[in-house]
Amino acid sequence: MSVLLTAVATLGAIGAGSAAILYMVGQKFKVEEDPRIQEVQDSLPAANCGGCGFPGCAAFAAACVKAETLDNLYCPVGGQATMDLVAGILGQKAPVTVKKIAVVRCSGTCENRPRTNLYDGVSNCTIASALYGGDTGCSFGCLGLGDCVDSCTFDAIHINPVTMLPEVVEDKCTACGACVKACPKDIIELRKQGPKSRRIYVSCVNEEKGGVAKKSCEVACIGCTKCQQVCPFEAITIENNLAYIIDDKCRLCRKCVPVCPTNSILELNFPPKKDKPGTQIEETATIKA
Amino acid sequence: MLKTFRIGGIHPKENKISAGKSIQNIEIPEQVIIPLSQHIGAPCQPIVKKGDKVKVGTKIGKSVGYVSANIHSSVSGTVLKIDKALDSSGYRRDAVFIKTEGDEWDESIDRSNNIKREFDLSSEKILSKISEAGIVGMGGATFPTHVKLTPPPGTKPEVLIINGVECEPYLTSDHALMLEKTEEILVGTTIIMKALKVDRAIIGIENNKKDVISRFRQLIKNYPNISVEELKVQYPQGGEKQLIDALIRRQVPSGALPISVGAVVQNVGSVFAIYEAVQKNKPLFERVVTVTGKDVKQPMNILARVGIPLNNLIEKTGGLPETTGKIVSGGPMMGKAIASVEIPVTKGTSGILIIPTLEAKREAMRDCIRCSKCISVCPMGLNPTLLMNLTEFEVWDRAETNHITDCIECGSCSYICPSHRPLLDYIKLGKGRVNTIIRARKN
Repeated sequence: MSVLLTAVATLGAIGAGSAAILYMVGQKFKVEEDPRIQEVQDSLPAANCGGCGFPGCAAFAAACVKAETLDNLYCPVGGQATMDLVAGILGQKAPVTVKKIAVVRCSGTCENRPRTNLYDGVSNCTIASALYGGDTGCSFGCLGLGDCVDSCTFDAIHINPVTMLPEVVEDKCTACGACVKACPKDIIELRKQGPKSRRIYVSCVNEEKGGVAKKSCEVACIGCTKCQQVCPFEAITIENNLAYIIDDKCRLCRKCVPVCPTNSILELNFPPKKDKPGTQIEETATIKA
Repeated sequence: MLKTFRIGGIHPKENKISAGKSIQNIEIPEQVIIPLSQHIGAPCQPIVKKGDKVKVGTKIGKSVGYVSANIHSSVSGTVLKIDKALDSSGYRRDAVFIKTEGDEWDESIDRSNNIKREFDLSSEKILSKISEAGIVGMGGATFPTHVKLTPPPGTKPEVLIINGVECEPYLTSDHALMLEKTEEILVGTTIIMKALKVDRAIIGIENNKKDVISRFRQLIKNYPNISVEELKVQYPQGGEKQLIDALIRRQVPSGALPISVGAVVQNVGSVFAIYEAVQKNKPLFERVVTVTGKDVKQPMNILARVGIPLNNLIEKTGGLPETTGKIVSGGPMMGKAIASVEIPVTKGTSGILIIPTLEAKREAMRDCIRCSKCISVCPMGLNPTLLMNLTEFEVWDRAETNHITDCIECGSCSYICPSHRPLLDYIKLGKGRVNTIIRARKN
């Protein structure tokens, strides 16, 4: 019996002693953490996508607490609502940001852009683009091997098996920018989602001269400057034979869409345009699928 | 026993169909397209404009930056335009289009066929001639030769190694050149020895080219400082580091250049080009190209000017076979499938290989069975399957510590893999990324 008691007493003493040491060490080397970090982190979507530019939600939360203003901090997944919550916790005001969405700037479907050779290598855009210009005449356009699909945490981008082009699911896209980084051809861009998801953009990144571009793809931008001339807001620039619509200047008037001779400017989610008698615009450009 | 390198290596079927065939000339087409980027490093700046008259050997592209090489016209005629044209990279890049008129060579070029053995030039003068002639490594890597022959400060070359290995299956262009221009190559070797200030040179040749070895041994009596070594046939013996190990039993440390063990390696094609540049004043604008393949009617070695479309070469061998599945520029191991036959011959085009459909297909990838064959064949002692996985999951720090940047891209791992895993495709990607990361860190 006494053996048992000795054992219990000894172990108890060791336990109590260790606990005391641990407590003292814990007190002495305590890391002071702002409790707000945890609070902020709890209000974040916990997607850990890295879309904010930080390596995960915890790091973003720490950055928010540390920062003096929330001007340069934005959680693309949570959007304005989350940022307002974060601002509430920190007693600050969240800057008003515009909701963005990923757009794929290539309309080179199998029909528009015929294949000139067969690629039988690894199904990976980065590897293919390091190897050669691609299996069509256009060395700028989408390779359709799905690096963007693999990069998306939100299941918001898919390759359409008919067109072999990626398509963004509007409800799911959080504009985290993972696909933008993943695309070796820099085809995907984050643009303003626009009121009622209405947006206009040049769906082409081909920098070749008009003739060469047109030869390789039916819907390539040929840099003809017609859209630039018709734009009342100077929202269109042309560089390297390629038109680009500046998001901040574009007011979605849609004048550029029908003048494009190759239908390379896309308008999304607009109601069909009514033909007004006396106007030059006679046909509405539609997305060629 | 014959010498060879000590780590890894494979022996694919040699298939040297065009071996021993003499070098044929080819007609110059009405128009040539000369790319302004035919070497590793900065592309050339064009120094001609539309309408300019050029002769064969006129400089048309000026090298910019240290690692770059001049480009010369391969025909005489008028410059049509400077525009983008598809090159072997599969991208459209700047090139000079020249309309051919006659075949008038620059006066300074000595067109005679006699061998000029004597030279009396300083090391600097030789290097400037090589640099001016736009010579690049003609084994396929196209690294500017004058840069390679200028040892970095603090290093001292001890031995010059001439690479006559031609370990790629199918290719025979170096073989043909060594057979027909044996003495020129020996003179070229002495020129490089002078430029490097070394007194020893070894020519390494695999013993599937017995005729070349005996030809060199006949002539070598007059060149006491040059020796010829017969090597066992083993891929990738033509890699610099492998050849150094095979010939002088020294291993280049990870990340270091061959000069760190006192060796400088030159391909025989480059040696011949150096001979022509120094002794005949002829810049590099033509090279021997092997056109071969199992179903090619007449496989042959062609002396082709830079800028001639590959299609013309294929036509000369009897046209594209009906069974064509893939056309590869270079050899089957390290060459690259091309997207069009309209692309021109460049300084680095060692061969055109036409592979029949049945052999061209890539097998579907299966799971790794951990057989470790890739590890045992890797001539650099790397672990290819690990490097592929690290690249796939973007673990760049571990890829770096596992020496991904040492990969010489020989493709032995992909060749041997029983699961047809695209090991090299991934390793190449990872190597590029890790190199970018290392460069960014240095700056």
